[in-house]
Amino acid sequence: MLQPIPKVQDEPHTDKRVVSKINGADILVKALRDQGVDTVFGYPGGAVLPIYDAIFKQNDIRHILVRQEGGAVHAAEGYARSTGKVGVVLVTSGPGATNAVTGLADALLDSIPVVCFTGQVPTHLIGNDAFQECDTTGITRPCTKHNYLVKDADKLARTIHEAFHVARSGRPGPVVIDIPKDVQLTPGEYVSPAQVTHKTYQPKTMPELDAIERAVELIADAQRPIFYTGGGIINSGSKASESLRKFARMTGYPVTSTLMGLGAYPASDPQFLGMLGMHGTYEANLAMHGCDVMINLGARFDDRVTGKLSEFSPNSKKIHVDIDASSINKTIVVDIPIVGDVGVAIEQMIKVWEKKKHSANKAALAKWWAQINEWRAKKCLAYKKSDTIIKPQYALERLRDLTKGVETFITTEVGQHQMWAAQFLHFDEPNHWMTSGGLGTMGYGLPAAIGVQLAHPGKLVIDVAGEASILMNIQEMSTAVQYRLPVKIFILNNQWMGMVRQWQELIHGGRYSESYTAALPDFVKLAEAFGGVGLRAKTPAELDGVIKQMMAVNDRPCIVDVCVDEKENCYPMIPSGRAHNEMILNSDQDISSKTPDEGLVLV
Amino acid sequence: MTDQIPQVIQRHVFSVIVDDEAGVLARVVGLFSGRGYNIDSLTVANVNKEQGISRITIVSSAVPQILEQIEAQLNRLVPVRKVVDLTSTGPMLERETALLKVNSTGEKRIEALRIADVFHAKTIDATLQSFIFEFSGTNEEINNFVELITPLGLIEVVRSGVVGIARGSKAIF
Repeated sequence: MLQPIPKVQDEPHTDKRVVSKINGADILVKALRDQGVDTVFGYPGGAVLPIYDAIFKQNDIRHILVRQEGGAVHAAEGYARSTGKVGVVLVTSGPGATNAVTGLADALLDSIPVVCFTGQVPTHLIGNDAFQECDTTGITRPCTKHNYLVKDADKLARTIHEAFHVARSGRPGPVVIDIPKDVQLTPGEYVSPAQVTHKTYQPKTMPELDAIERAVELIADAQRPIFYTGGGIINSGSKASESLRKFARMTGYPVTSTLMGLGAYPASDPQFLGMLGMHGTYEANLAMHGCDVMINLGARFDDRVTGKLSEFSPNSKKIHVDIDASSINKTIVVDIPIVGDVGVAIEQMIKVWEKKKHSANKAALAKWWAQINEWRAKKCLAYKKSDTIIKPQYALERLRDLTKGVETFITTEVGQHQMWAAQFLHFDEPNHWMTSGGLGTMGYGLPAAIGVQLAHPGKLVIDVAGEASILMNIQEMSTAVQYRLPVKIFILNNQWMGMVRQWQELIHGGRYSESYTAALPDFVKLAEAFGGVGLRAKTPAELDGVIKQMMAVNDRPCIVDVCVDEKENCYPMIPSGRAHNEMILNSDQDISSKTPDEGLVLV
Repeated sequence: MTDQIPQVIQRHVFSVIVDDEAGVLARVVGLFSGRGYNIDSLTVANVNKEQGISRITIVSSAVPQILEQIEAQLNRLVPVRKVVDLTSTGPMLERETALLKVNSTGEKRIEALRIADVFHAKTIDATLQSFIFEFSGTNEEINNFVELITPLGLIEVVRSGVVGIARGSKAIF
């Protein structure tokens, strides 16, 4: 049976009730204030002028002017991911909205809570192909968690509060609110967040205790267990990370993490096997393949993680905790599905474990760790060092060591540098690693870093970038300069779209079709032209000095152009279409013969 | 160790209770096209004006794992209040209505009328050259009727799509 639907403020206004009305634009600003919003990322335009007017007249909410709307969404994502709060975006109609689409799709795939306001042409012009009109709700429907077109100023406040609820509840995601210009100027009734409950959207967060008990039973009986943790733990909040650490210590079981989950479990902990998946560590992937009990906590069996589905961890019983029921049994059929908040689920697992006085099977676990340590001894992340040329891995190792002890937030673009960052920078805390995992959006890192820096003034924020990715949203340098944000852009410059080049080298016969950027800018001068600091490191000997100089910049952005070995490839690697136990560790192994024909069609 | 579910394509009828708001049908249809699910039939109508509730009946053919996904994905949509896989929750009834225009004279005209009578189809319009029959039944019964009446001068068919409801005394919402 459906729950009775609570009547939400639907009664018509009676004469007894004095309702003071304010116009739509003021409603929006008031609603943001009541939602605790302090920062909005946006770009003005014709269809949002009334909202910008309302923003002009107040001081509670800070507006950050980006240079392109796509940057606004990524900045809001960075802000959201590093704080756990909802990121807020404000853009105009038509091109403003379409430019925001990539960011929305990015936030959807990575489950980042974002509320994006888009201006719309006045209600009476909708559907007339008016200037800067587009079907924003139509275009954004498949790349948002939900969207609204508000045609009535009286419904605006409620819609905004609902949108924040939808964005942050359950599996978080982006929500668009499209507001025609006339609605922004029409007086409407304001309602506070406390007066609004969503009539239908109340996601289930409490796991079934029965399933938790069966899961703990399985976990306790395991001989070769592994915790496979994902971004859900970050989204659940810092308590979930604490619970994970506690449970892992209680059991003594190995922990691996997806790209999105890095930081939930400390990388420096000996129980941590590193990231898993296509460019994950040998030990993590082989442990996944060989385990007998897999405990998936807030991860979603992404294709980058599973490799060949039919050979994915063939001999394990699988437990899957996910707040989104549609993630369960989507690609991998599991034995114990648990729908609910992963943090709550781990807490309950700990309680059951303690109550039933479980303990790990010490002998079996010792054997399992001996096997894992054997895999570890392969040192799968080893690379050939050089005195003359900077290896990208070396650059990141130096960055890691020189920033040790300093609270550092890392964002990335997409490609080889992203994978190296995931492998070589070690994350010990959640919310310190912002990357575009699901959509793989080049150009994410710089605007995301801006969002992070705004949320964490005075903290070290570094965008680990490639020279190709950074050019996709380089205009945001101007934003960083305007707000004196000392974000660091650490470019591993190999002059190639490295990951594209790597695949062309390995499986397309070395035909480097369009993956070389023949006319790159001088990044030092580029930084200076924007009003930032530009630095360059050409040799390993220069690197430490340049990183220290970079860290000393505190009042403007700094681009570091690290000229790295252009031939370096990212290993280890599971060839596309292969299973975890078919990893390739280095360039000495032939990959093209290892890539099956069906792997060629995979991305 | 995990048992894989046998991959046999099955036809299932889903009832989807939704808030009657702008774009809700587009969301449902977009979900099917975006994720590559198949729609055999889709009907939608408001069923409760006061509470603003519409009921969508979707018939889809897929392997069990996908059918489970369809239910889960539909449940994810914010304006969706409830999804029931009628086919797997118990005995259910499904009905579809067809209107058929038959143009014929002489023997064929008489035979068309006789077949319609056998199937308990209603004659809702007649001219000296034509009939329009209204026929309700399961998807399969309509197919049978259409097959029989086709050689007797069938020139036009319109079908409502399937609606479904669970048998017994319980309501799904």
